[in-house]
Amino acid sequence: MTEAVIQIENAVVSYRETIALRGVSLAVEKGEFIAVIGPNGSGKTTLLTVINGLVHLTQGQVQVLGRDINGGNRHALRRQVGYVAQVSNIDQRMPISVREVVMIGRYGLLGFFRQPSRRDWLLADEALSMVGMTHLAKRPIGHLSGGEQQRVAIARCLAQEPDIFLLDEPTASLDWKAQTEILELVKRIHDERHLTTLFVTHDLDALPHTCDRVILVKDGLIVGDNTPDKLISTETLSRLYNLPAEVVEVRRPHIHTRSH
Amino acid sequence: MDLSIFSYLFMQNAILAGLLGGISCGIIGVFVVLMHMPFIGVAMSHAAFAGALMGLWLGFDPVIGASIFCLAASVVVGPLADRGQLSPETSLGVIFSLMLGIAFLFIGIIPNTRSAALDLLWGSILTTSGEDIVLLAIVAFLVVAIVLLFEKEIRATLFNRNVALAVGIPATLVLYCIILLTGATITVTLRSIGGLLIFSLILNPAAAAYQLTYSLKRMYLLSATFGVLSCWIGLIISYYLNIPSGATIVITSSLVFMLAAIFSPKRKTPELTQSSIQEAKQ
Repeated sequence: MTEAVIQIENAVVSYRETIALRGVSLAVEKGEFIAVIGPNGSGKTTLLTVINGLVHLTQGQVQVLGRDINGGNRHALRRQVGYVAQVSNIDQRMPISVREVVMIGRYGLLGFFRQPSRRDWLLADEALSMVGMTHLAKRPIGHLSGGEQQRVAIARCLAQEPDIFLLDEPTASLDWKAQTEILELVKRIHDERHLTTLFVTHDLDALPHTCDRVILVKDGLIVGDNTPDKLISTETLSRLYNLPAEVVEVRRPHIHTRSH
Repeated sequence: MDLSIFSYLFMQNAILAGLLGGISCGIIGVFVVLMHMPFIGVAMSHAAFAGALMGLWLGFDPVIGASIFCLAASVVVGPLADRGQLSPETSLGVIFSLMLGIAFLFIGIIPNTRSAALDLLWGSILTTSGEDIVLLAIVAFLVVAIVLLFEKEIRATLFNRNVALAVGIPATLVLYCIILLTGATITVTLRSIGGLLIFSLILNPAAAAYQLTYSLKRMYLLSATFGVLSCWIGLIISYYLNIPSGATIVITSSLVFMLAAIFSPKRKTPELTQSSIQEAKQ
């Protein structure tokens, strides 16, 4: 755990007149499992998309796997970064089957003019079976529920065989059971495939309690960065969400007790 | 049976134009339907109208003016939408209104030349020349070749641009090329098919194909088939009943859509059986 796979230096991102990130620096080592938490609109998603270069940097530098993500090889670099976006970002009417959606994960790796081989389909099927969606492989993607689509998105990332795994609120709007299952699934994939994982959530209940490190984001800045037991205290949460300490005490999930 | 329809050169050309135009329009129709931008047909034909008028005003071939305007408009749609953070449909609307403005301007400046430009907007498949057929064949070949070669990049981009970008596909470029290809197809087919006909020939076959399948590959095939069938059936009806071919082709393509919608398997609801209720209760 010494090799920095992600190195963000003084990243500034703005969407028109709104500044989403105000000079954020972050180093992530190989194999880390990091949870990024913070209120809505704090810049969590932007921080994640800075890593795969989906947003334009106003200032700063981002090195991923030793290379500049905004350089000429950004498409090649993105092939090594799996990204699960928020639920409901896809067109439910698209005529495409679940298995074909998973195969999209391999399209970038295949490159132009090459069709998926038998091995590619095998990898896609393996990914589907890992997320427990084999029985729905032939269904149109739009016929699946939110939780099922989220599993398919994770399978798509698995088929991509990435080194870095980025998840943006993968459990938002899912029921409690689906949420627990997805959290376990992500952790299992992280361990089995030796990935570096960043997991964004605004919901403290969805915090993977097995994560190594928690990053608190507020108003486009990183306001905390430590192990979960050191960071998730009543005081920090009270500051993060602008709530009085006594309210947080009543509402907050009991992270310490869960991890014991 | 009366086979005189095949004995006229203009009918032979029209049948060929129907085949080639039907295939290209059917395939780009799939993009148009899946990207939710049906307005592109109307916007492009008005760009052609404005361009043709400008050609007349400056004294060169209206077709060249029309082509320049159409291509320029289709190059601008994508970047304009991204830069202004608009949907492509809104971006098309902005371009459409500009083209309409330019057209009116030229109509005001150069009186009595309206009909030549209007011909282009209305067009007629029965006046397709040998030269038009060559152009139509080139475009049909290009459209089919591009879809075959870049099938997976196009599929990923149509599915979701951000997902396509995230897996390492240059999706923005792919999207702009799809729009440009659509614009180019419309430009070339416009002269023989006409601005109004092209709108229905892009939309109806693809919308009909969408009713019948959940597979993108089959949607391309069905849509191209429906495009060709609409042209051919429309031409036959127009020939034997001696009525305008543009109208019969438009109406045929609409009927194809209605039939597809009626027989769509997507509309069938699964039967609620006693056993499935029992299963759910357990």
